[in-house]
Amino acid sequence: MTVLDVRSLEVRRGARTIVSAVSFAAARGEIVALMGASGAGKSTILRAMAGLDPLSAGTISLPRPVAMVFQFHHLFANMTAHQNVWLALVHVFKRPHAESERRAQELLDALGVGHRATALPHELSGGEAQRVAIARALAIEPPVLLMDEPTASLDPARRGDLAATLRRLAAEGRTIIVATHDADFAGACAHRVLHVADGTIIPG
Amino acid sequence: MNCRRPAVVLCVALLLPSAAGAQADVVLRWGGDAEGGAPYVEADPTDPSRVVGFDVEVAELLASALGRTPQFVQVGFTSIDAEAARRDFDIGLSGIEDSPARRARLAITLPYYEFREVLTVRAADANKYRSLADLRGHRVATLGATLAYDLLAASQARDGIIPVTYEDDVHPYSDLLLGRVDAVVLDAILANRGVRRNAGLVNQPSTLAVGHYVGILAADQTALRDRMNDVLRNAMRDGRLEAIFKRWNVWNQDQPRLYARVLGDASPYPVAASSLAASSDAARAMSESRTWQAAARYFPALLRAAVITIVLSCLSMGLAVVVGALIASGRVYGSAPLRLVLTSYVEIVRGTPLLLQLFVLYFGLAAVIQLPAFVAALIGLGLNYAAYESEIYRGALEAVPVGQLDAARTLGFSERQILRLIRAPQAFRLALAPMTNDFVALLKDSSLVSVITVVELTKQTSIFASNIGSWVVPGLMCAGMYLAMSLPLARVARRIERGWRHA
Repeated sequence: MTVLDVRSLEVRRGARTIVSAVSFAAARGEIVALMGASGAGKSTILRAMAGLDPLSAGTISLPRPVAMVFQFHHLFANMTAHQNVWLALVHVFKRPHAESERRAQELLDALGVGHRATALPHELSGGEAQRVAIARALAIEPPVLLMDEPTASLDPARRGDLAATLRRLAAEGRTIIVATHDADFAGACAHRVLHVADGTIIPG
Repeated sequence: MNCRRPAVVLCVALLLPSAAGAQADVVLRWGGDAEGGAPYVEADPTDPSRVVGFDVEVAELLASALGRTPQFVQVGFTSIDAEAARRDFDIGLSGIEDSPARRARLAITLPYYEFREVLTVRAADANKYRSLADLRGHRVATLGATLAYDLLAASQARDGIIPVTYEDDVHPYSDLLLGRVDAVVLDAILANRGVRRNAGLVNQPSTLAVGHYVGILAADQTALRDRMNDVLRNAMRDGRLEAIFKRWNVWNQDQPRLYARVLGDASPYPVAASSLAASSDAARAMSESRTWQAAARYFPALLRAAVITIVLSCLSMGLAVVVGALIASGRVYGSAPLRLVLTSYVEIVRGTPLLLQLFVLYFGLAAVIQLPAFVAALIGLGLNYAAYESEIYRGALEAVPVGQLDAARTLGFSERQILRLIRAPQAFRLALAPMTNDFVALLKDSSLVSVITVVELTKQTSIFASNIGSWVVPGLMCAGMYLAMSLPLARVARRIERGWRHA
């Protein structure tokens, strides 16, 4: 069952074409890896899907909300890990405070960082920050999760853990698109690997 | 006054330094304030490099009798005593009043002119306000550090009037006409000029006090002073002084009586400094053997002025923070035309002096809207500092990593929520240190508002200093009060920052 469909996507910045003629689809519960060197256009495809960069041409259809986990996590620096996770539930989704905080703690616990709930972002290790960022993304219950270079700040053991975590999240019915240049990681977690070069998907 | 004779005096700036050095013995350097205007000293309208006025002619009279060439030195009226003491010039002549403080600190010449202090009111109030006693609870304007000010200070205690001090003698009369003050007390020469220039004002006939103009020299210059006194006595006898004052239309029957008393007494002080001298603040200040006693008397007034300073600074900073935050938000989020308008505001405000802005707000706009002095000061300081604050906030907003804003957008936050919950709190932390810095600067810049008649700490200190004739104790007390206000502030800011670090 296809839940996500990208057709003839093109993104330009000024006169420069960053991404063109990108088309792919993904099913519910599927993990798709976008593989390619840095600068190939992977991140731009994700940003366009997340609604951060406008499309010059093409269409993207996917169920909302879409959540994204960034390469550098981009946790809100003025808030604790716990606040980072419940903030959108309270202010965007208007859930009750107590319920939102409870849900945030469950997510942090499930990802193994429950004990770091009161830490500020700059006090977290790279792996901890990433798991808080994943918890923050999952809090809004997105059918589609986008991840940009998730292994960049992880040691090899943690990469294995992350692959397992993504598999578990996909098994729960989420569609996950991962941009990565790490072939081993892509092989370990993705159901399907798409190769990106020069701003487009090449037959692999 | 078409008989006015341009004095053959050049501004000192026009003289070659070498020529000035070579002529040191034959030049009589005399200090005055050309801003004081006619009939004392003013730039010649037909040749602004020359000065004209009766004090100019008195200086010429003294110089020629001593065989010297007069050379004019421009000095600010408020600093003329200090510059005389430093010997920046040989003699100061600029409608300078005789006072016990001046007698104690400087060598002063014989009085060469007697003046009366008169009350000026609006013609409509002529029957209502006949004397200071009728003006309880009303604002009465004068020049700071003058006999008239001493008169008003005494009347404040006795009659309950509110003295308002100006730095010049033009705006008291224009503000009287506008209703910002209800009376002006100044000497008759200035009062007559004020009434001439402002239709609708009248001088009351009674005399509030009598004083004298003198020349001032450094305290150790008594020999030169005595020679000048001889010249003045001769000029009183042979009618040369009379001719000068007649030429400037300020001759009256008080002068021959003064001359008779001066010529009948060979001492350096043939007459009392003023009719107030025996009872005035200054006289008491001088009779006290120790300055600290004067300091103790002035302490409550300084404290009150310090309260004005801190209240004005806090309110102005509050205004600056709110307006600055709005400007910064407009410049970061606004449309191109809005950004252009806000950028222009910031550049114009930062590019022009605060002093000029205060003048425009208080005096310049008076025809359109008459802001009370405190309100004009608050708005002037607040809007000026808003420009600087907005630049701090803009920089701080732009320093918050864009990635966090993108992350918030993917979570569905609106731009307004992102600003309120994520961007502004982080920007505020970055802005706190420069804001503290600006607040300390504002605390000190608030002294500029004395030009629009607000008596804050620096102004009160300057009144104190000119009354006791020294800046040492008043200056130390004033500095202590500013530090007492600014140091705790820096401490509070540091504590907030430390609190964040450990949060």
